[in-house]
Amino acid sequence: MIELNQFLILSALLFSIGVIGIFLNRKNVIIILMSIEIILLAVNINLVSFSYFLNDLTGQIFSLFVLTVAAAEAAIGLAILVIYNRNAGSIEIEKINTLKG
Amino acid sequence: MSISLLTFYLFSAILLLSSLMVISTKNPVHSVLFLILAFLNAAGIFVILHAEFLAMILIIVYVGAVAVLFLFVVMMLDFKTSLEKDNILQYMPIGLLIGLVFIAELVIVLINTRLDLSNIQILSNPLDNFSDQSNTEAIGSILYTNYVLYFQLSGVILLVAMVGSIVLTLRDREGVKRQIVSEQVDREGKIELVDVKSGEGVDI
Repeated sequence: MIELNQFLILSALLFSIGVIGIFLNRKNVIIILMSIEIILLAVNINLVSFSYFLNDLTGQIFSLFVLTVAAAEAAIGLAILVIYNRNAGSIEIEKINTLKG
Repeated sequence: MSISLLTFYLFSAILLLSSLMVISTKNPVHSVLFLILAFLNAAGIFVILHAEFLAMILIIVYVGAVAVLFLFVVMMLDFKTSLEKDNILQYMPIGLLIGLVFIAELVIVLINTRLDLSNIQILSNPLDNFSDQSNTEAIGSILYTNYVLYFQLSGVILLVAMVGSIVLTLRDREGVKRQIVSEQVDREGKIELVDVKSGEGVDI
């Protein structure tokens, strides 16, 4: 029998991989968007596993909403990426320092 | 070792490995393909958790829509940068530090504690209510009743995303001839009414 902790550890590892991906990657914004998708996937696994082990359906409903938001975020992010690439000619993160922040 | 445990380990191993490959490959196309592999394995995990509808939605929405959108953008944009040498070592220490702190905290806490869910009594939608229904039926029966407001709000979010991405990427190109119907049917200034005097005629 699989326990809840195993799913939670899997989801924690996946979340950490997503966070590491955001920090390590300084070349490509698109990899950062994919890391955000991985993080949201980890959240979904958490919600669904709690839904299963609690015998409650609410987690799956919320997972559905997380999925919706993730799809909207990917669409907007990629649109911003396309116009930024058109205007600036590059999507390297190291060169996106207009604000000098 | 039971067959479900074995499947769980198989799916989660491939899931973790492919998501590691997503963040570490040089070629963005390869990372999109590994992302698709990760989503497929996550769908397998969802099937183990008896969430069949979400598993199928994950395949349809993520693999069918989001990953293909990523693939389109990766192939449309011209990444000259990805072939250059990268200074990954510059950000390796801080990234690994933060990542390892995350992993250590979460995994140590989760290994040492045993969550006891059996004494949680208040459930909003217990699965026992839907024992004679399939997963899809159960989700539909509460998504369209108790959660209909959230459902419509997520529809609004999708509409905003659609309008936003269309507005962002729409542009007027120079030197493109377009049919402007209002100008075409506009008669102001194009037709002259002349009061012709008899016996004089009119210049055309």
